[in-house]
Amino acid sequence: MPTYEDVVETVVDLFRKAETELSDDVIMALRRAYEEEENEIAKINLKNILRNVKIAKEKRIPMCQDTGLPIVFVELGRELCLDFDLKEAIVEGVRKATREVPLRPNAVHPITRENSGDNVGIRMPIVDVEVVEGDRLKLTVMPKGAGSENCSALRMMLPGEVDKIKRFVVEVVKKAGGKPCPPIFVGVGIGSTFDGCAKLAKKALLRNVNEMNELELEILDAINELGIGPMGLGGKVTALAVLIECGHCHTASLPVAVNVQCWANRRASMVLR
Amino acid sequence: MEVITPVSVDMVRKLEVGDIVYVTGELITARDKAHARILEFIESGRDLPFHINAIYHCGPLVRKDGDTWVVLSAGPTTSARMNEATKVLLKHVDSVIIIGKGGMDVKEELRGKGVYLAYTGGAGALAANAIRRVRNVYWLDLGMPEAVWVLEVKRFGPCVVAIDSHGNSIYEEVERRVEENFRRMFG
Repeated sequence: MPTYEDVVETVVDLFRKAETELSDDVIMALRRAYEEEENEIAKINLKNILRNVKIAKEKRIPMCQDTGLPIVFVELGRELCLDFDLKEAIVEGVRKATREVPLRPNAVHPITRENSGDNVGIRMPIVDVEVVEGDRLKLTVMPKGAGSENCSALRMMLPGEVDKIKRFVVEVVKKAGGKPCPPIFVGVGIGSTFDGCAKLAKKALLRNVNEMNELELEILDAINELGIGPMGLGGKVTALAVLIECGHCHTASLPVAVNVQCWANRRASMVLR
Repeated sequence: MEVITPVSVDMVRKLEVGDIVYVTGELITARDKAHARILEFIESGRDLPFHINAIYHCGPLVRKDGDTWVVLSAGPTTSARMNEATKVLLKHVDSVIIIGKGGMDVKEELRGKGVYLAYTGGAGALAANAIRRVRNVYWLDLGMPEAVWVLEVKRFGPCVVAIDSHGNSIYEEVERRVEENFRRMFG
């Protein structure tokens, strides 16, 4: 049975890992982009990204100074019985990670804009708990940078506008231009409710970025037709993946959320038993 | 090409969009809150504690080792947030380079006196490699990311001249093409 300390240490380890090294699927997508790109300026930027990723891993330092907002996804086995406050352990893990990784203190009060200094605050870190079968506790951290998050959008579309979803997603990316640090990953939530589709869009970003279905590839092609390119300086590769998650919705609704993720698609998971 | 700061008007006028440059010398970081305070100083006629010649849109991740600050990761932040403040600020400087990411809407204000250099967003570890030391820090009360860090850099780059002092902007060209491509696809 995992202890309070196990959870604290795991959260620290996961943030360190997510901040300093990208997963293999993301690196593979970035390398492929470098090979495919022909524009010289685009190639320089992709090379900078790949060199940066290598340095961060070797030196064990955060690849981006925006170490993001702490988001933690929890899969809690229903047979598990924890004798401590899981949320409190995660909060402590974030505090410790901020000191030790270290993470840039990014969390501020939304109105006074006062920085809490430890990435902890009102409803921060963001913790998403899902109860699953079995006796395991899976923790996934996703430090989310603001440059890309700020370019995200949500639209309550009409039920008859299913064929306009692609246009909406491409429009969001067009409007974002170079701001979200392309090449980006595009998480899309279709259905559910106003809040539900946003959560689906975010969760979609946890998937393997090289496994896409026909619709996802079709939207990806349309995005890359735009020519925004790495860092918005022009080129073939604007997005590396489009990842869609669906949820049933009301017959009168069609909520669609687009969560934009920069090239630094940082996430790390661990299972505790 | 190497750009040495402080930059002169003659130097910035030599740069053209598409040029690849490396910056050596002193940079000051500034983002939203620092820009707001710089404008407060200017408007109230107070002298700034630092010289504005090479601005880097960056909120670095910094660690204090004893008495010295060490920059761990320091990539650029989204420059467009500083559009409006920069338009005012540029009236008060004679020559300038601005380093950031994602582009800006200050083409006219840069005319004849400054350039905007695009550095790879998110390349924080790579950027930190080119930072030799922290010379000073001002306005730490704004928080680590928002403070003004005076950095000594050596061959910081490669950066791309994305807006030059002659009225050219790569972003405008790209945006025009992107708009055409979007209309071709979706009407």
